[in-house]
Amino acid sequence: MLPVRFRDQVVPRVAGSVLPYGNGRSYGDSCLNNGGTLLATRGLDRFLAFDPSTGLIRCEAGVLLSEILSLTVGYGWFLPVTPGTRLITVGGAIANDVHGKNHHLAGTFGHQVTCLELVRGSGERVLCSATDRADLFAATIGGLGLTGLITWAEFRLKRIANPYVQVERIRFDSLDGFFDLALGAEREREYTVAWIDCLATGRHLGRGIYMAGTHAAPTCDGAPRAPGRTLSVPFDPPVSLIAGPTLKTFNELFYRKQFRRVQTGLEHYAPFFYPLDGIDQWNRIYGPKGFLQYQSVVPMALGRDVTREMLQCIARSGQGSFLSVLKVFGDRPPAGLLSFPRPGVTLALDFPFKGPSTLRLFDTLDALVAQVGGAIYPAKDARMSPALFASGYPRLDEFRRHLDPVFSSSFWRRVTEDVA
Amino acid sequence: MSARVLIVGATSAIAEAVARRYAAEGAALFLAARRTDRAAAIADDLRVRGAAVVTVGAYDATVPDTADALVAAAWETLGGIDVALIAHGSLPDQPACAASAALTRQALEINVLSVIDLLTLLANRMASVGHGTLAVIGSVAGDRGRQSNYVYGAAKGCLAIFMQGLAHRLVPAGVRVLTIKPGFVDTPMTAAFPKGPLWASPQTVARDIQRAIERGAQVLYTPWFWRWIMLVIRLIPTSIFQRTRL
Repeated sequence: MLPVRFRDQVVPRVAGSVLPYGNGRSYGDSCLNNGGTLLATRGLDRFLAFDPSTGLIRCEAGVLLSEILSLTVGYGWFLPVTPGTRLITVGGAIANDVHGKNHHLAGTFGHQVTCLELVRGSGERVLCSATDRADLFAATIGGLGLTGLITWAEFRLKRIANPYVQVERIRFDSLDGFFDLALGAEREREYTVAWIDCLATGRHLGRGIYMAGTHAAPTCDGAPRAPGRTLSVPFDPPVSLIAGPTLKTFNELFYRKQFRRVQTGLEHYAPFFYPLDGIDQWNRIYGPKGFLQYQSVVPMALGRDVTREMLQCIARSGQGSFLSVLKVFGDRPPAGLLSFPRPGVTLALDFPFKGPSTLRLFDTLDALVAQVGGAIYPAKDARMSPALFASGYPRLDEFRRHLDPVFSSSFWRRVTEDVA
Repeated sequence: MSARVLIVGATSAIAEAVARRYAAEGAALFLAARRTDRAAAIADDLRVRGAAVVTVGAYDATVPDTADALVAAAWETLGGIDVALIAHGSLPDQPACAASAALTRQALEINVLSVIDLLTLLANRMASVGHGTLAVIGSVAGDRGRQSNYVYGAAKGCLAIFMQGLAHRLVPAGVRVLTIKPGFVDTPMTAAFPKGPLWASPQTVARDIQRAIERGAQVLYTPWFWRWIMLVIRLIPTSIFQRTRL
């Protein structure tokens, strides 16, 4: 691992390939480069400019989203798009073209970027935007760090009146209940996502809680306290704490704790957007075997039926976990050539790794996704087939033209080996 | 009034972390560095983080007679100096120095003589106004000579004695003198070393430095446990110490 600390530095000449590495929060091997070199970018953590009157911000690629929030929330500016953790770098947010609960209104992180600087393996520095080198710009957004090293980027923040979010939680008792909510008055809600009880079966299949949030108005009542100290999981438990009985109990309680069908309240932005950031090293609860993530997107037309079939498979397998979420993406065309978010329904789950049975379940889910022309999210993948990658990312050949010959990743080699 | 801070060797990771803490408090900063382009990138960042004013000046510790101009420029630009942090230095290649008198001299010029030039000039200016803090980044390596690192150790040890005397001299003048002795810090200077639990981040070290400046400490071990580690290392009898590979 080679640290990069100043943006004038060039890509070092090393034997083998290089890959930018931000805060290492990708779940699979897209942030790894087995046998090659990682360029650690956390040292590129400077702001270049921030205008509190317009919300335009320019910062180096290693700045964490949490560092941006610490600076800007006090001035009344929020991230225009944020994933479920703020412990990722700006470079990583662009390279994975991350999305959030407001995809239906705002699109992805890549849609917010006005320009960026890319350093190619050749030493060439390219200023890319929607108008300059637009092709390379589109390849770099969602480009998994394979087009070069992003040194800095500029994007526009979103106006907020205070750090609070007006939250509404609506219980729904079936998958149809979810789609009624998601396809209903969703445009009036800034942030929406649904938690699904992936163990429920029969007429309860797809039941869950729909969470909607809107930045609070300037004159909101009361001020929820900002979360205090973060908790930490100090050691690896010998076995996964997310096992059959604990999971079943947890899911039942989570669904039942909400007595009324609709519950509203004011929350600080941190627990609303980043529930797991409050628990340091939360991944350890899965024990030494760890866990796998699975996130798919399927087109809207067939989304309802495929999602139902996928949930049936998961419920039957008895695997799955409490972090199962469902969202309908907006209609905006993807920002990058390899962007994951696209119009359709996205389902994200994590599974304690139980060996072959987990992998078999994933293969079944893959088949359902492939059948309707869906795709899997590279940032969360550790095992999709090259064929599924190729079919899920139809602009792959166009992307290859912008690949930097010095850059590669374990993920890239894995998903392109057979179809080269 | 917000602090007026001079930082020499401003592109070092520890110096940058200290600068960010002062910037967040609205300080006026003067950054001296050899790589002024990099110092300029740091200056932009410090402005965004809240610094009232940030000025960049060129300074090369290997060029003789540059201290005068730097101290004068910083003093004039800031309108006096409340805190001067001297953070520049190099980590000499010990085996190469052992084989070369010229390399050893060069290492001592960068790590000791250039610092003493700055200290002498800054001390006199601060004494004349009866106010200010002089802080220098030394090292735990200066507490005992070791075969693996004695040129660097000698430089830092020399600075520690100089600072001790300077502190003594400046008591009546009301000027504070702080010698900072970091242990292992995860910076580019140490990028090649394998890391263990004794390693601290530049942010932790910077927090300790700012606190020590505020409370007027004369010697700071950071993180704190290095005071006790070095006490033990200093107490090991020579006959035993010389049988180790430390």
